[in-house]
Amino acid sequence: MADPAIPDRPRLAPGVRLRFDKTRGIWVLLCPERVIEAEGPASEILRRCDGTRTLGEIIDELAAVFTADRAVIAQDVTDMLTELATKRILVS
Amino acid sequence: MSPVPAPLGLLAELTHRCPLACPYCSNPLELEDRAAELDTGAWARVFQEAAAMGVLQVHLSGGEPASRRDLVEITAAASHAGLYTNLITSGIGLDAGRLERLQDAGLDHVQLSIQDTDPALADRIAGYDGAHARKQAFAGAVTRLGLALTINVVIHRANIGHLPALVALAASLGAGRVEIAHAQYYGWALRNRDALMPTREQVDRAMEELDRLRDGRLTIDFVVPDYYASRPKPCMGGWGRRSLNVTPSGIVLPCHAAQTIPGLEFWSVRDHALLDIWARSPAFGAFRGTAWMKEPCQSCAFRELDFGGCRCQALAIAGDAAATDPSCDLSPHHAKLRMLAEEAAARSGTPYLYRGRPALTPIPVR
Repeated sequence: MADPAIPDRPRLAPGVRLRFDKTRGIWVLLCPERVIEAEGPASEILRRCDGTRTLGEIIDELAAVFTADRAVIAQDVTDMLTELATKRILVS
Repeated sequence: MSPVPAPLGLLAELTHRCPLACPYCSNPLELEDRAAELDTGAWARVFQEAAAMGVLQVHLSGGEPASRRDLVEITAAASHAGLYTNLITSGIGLDAGRLERLQDAGLDHVQLSIQDTDPALADRIAGYDGAHARKQAFAGAVTRLGLALTINVVIHRANIGHLPALVALAASLGAGRVEIAHAQYYGWALRNRDALMPTREQVDRAMEELDRLRDGRLTIDFVVPDYYASRPKPCMGGWGRRSLNVTPSGIVLPCHAAQTIPGLEFWSVRDHALLDIWARSPAFGAFRGTAWMKEPCQSCAFRELDFGGCRCQALAIAGDAAATDPSCDLSPHHAKLRMLAEEAAARSGTPYLYRGRPALTPIPVR
């Protein structure tokens, strides 16, 4: 069962954009008056928050991409998305 | 010298024209004329250059940016350049149709100013009858289109007691974020300091209220009042470090008040490439980094955190733009700043002086 703080099919909130910053060579989340660096696997997670995938589907895909233990991936993804939902960067 | 890191944000002051006349306006005392404004094509070139050098976000501001007939084209140009576009507006002069065209042009976010919760007081602060009602209608149009909305409130003596109601109003208007910013005393606000400065008690109470208001429903960003602070804020995240301003006529500034500092040489996008201005212009070099600092900043453990505070405030109060910002309690002028605040706060009943409006100044007869 998904953490209640995470939307069923999470997507970036209005006013939030994920893009690759060519100058700095990093992925960034552009928010109102804020820029957040999406380090390492964070961008892989955020790219899948498009409102079509469920949390479970996002975890499945990442477990395949990183060929890692699903339980470990699930914990990382849940932690990150919970934090972003709390900050209202993710909505349903 | 190591290469200068790229800026993240660009404030595009598209025009100094504005239907409002707020007594804390951040535009300079000498406003630039419409005839001198950059045209659509020049702004498009600025945005292309900005994106190429690493700018990520552009803040379309003014004056009132909607006073530009080509605002949709300008927004499209910024978005086309790949920039995150933020519109900073009074909400006056933008109907739902134009807002929808802005959204189609790629607008990412809207920041709307609100003066107070009481319509009569709000309109008096803005110097514009009916502004408050129009702003509320505009906020409705923003949220109906699904655009992200921030409400910005400049705080001063007349409205600082209304913080909980202001935050509640922002929430009811559908804002996801509210920005509470104390008036910054340069330019118009410095001229109106006696009419705007809150008392120490008002500020203390406001800080306590803000703590209680942060319940997670709304993101509240808060700019502390310098005159009652003990440490300076890192103005602009450091001079020439994070962002730049382009004035309506194309002059590039490290901060919106930088032209109050005499002797700085500013370059224009009409004569130079933006990257060249950022990296090499004398004004940006003047206070970049820490080498320009005097004591107590030069040997201070905080010098890379607050960069000595605000250069414009150092000039306005200490008479030297390279001095420590007097809002720092290590500044020899700190006590003077506090005294100026208390003197100004005691001058209740001082009328506002509005930009572009005739002033009635009593002449001392004795």
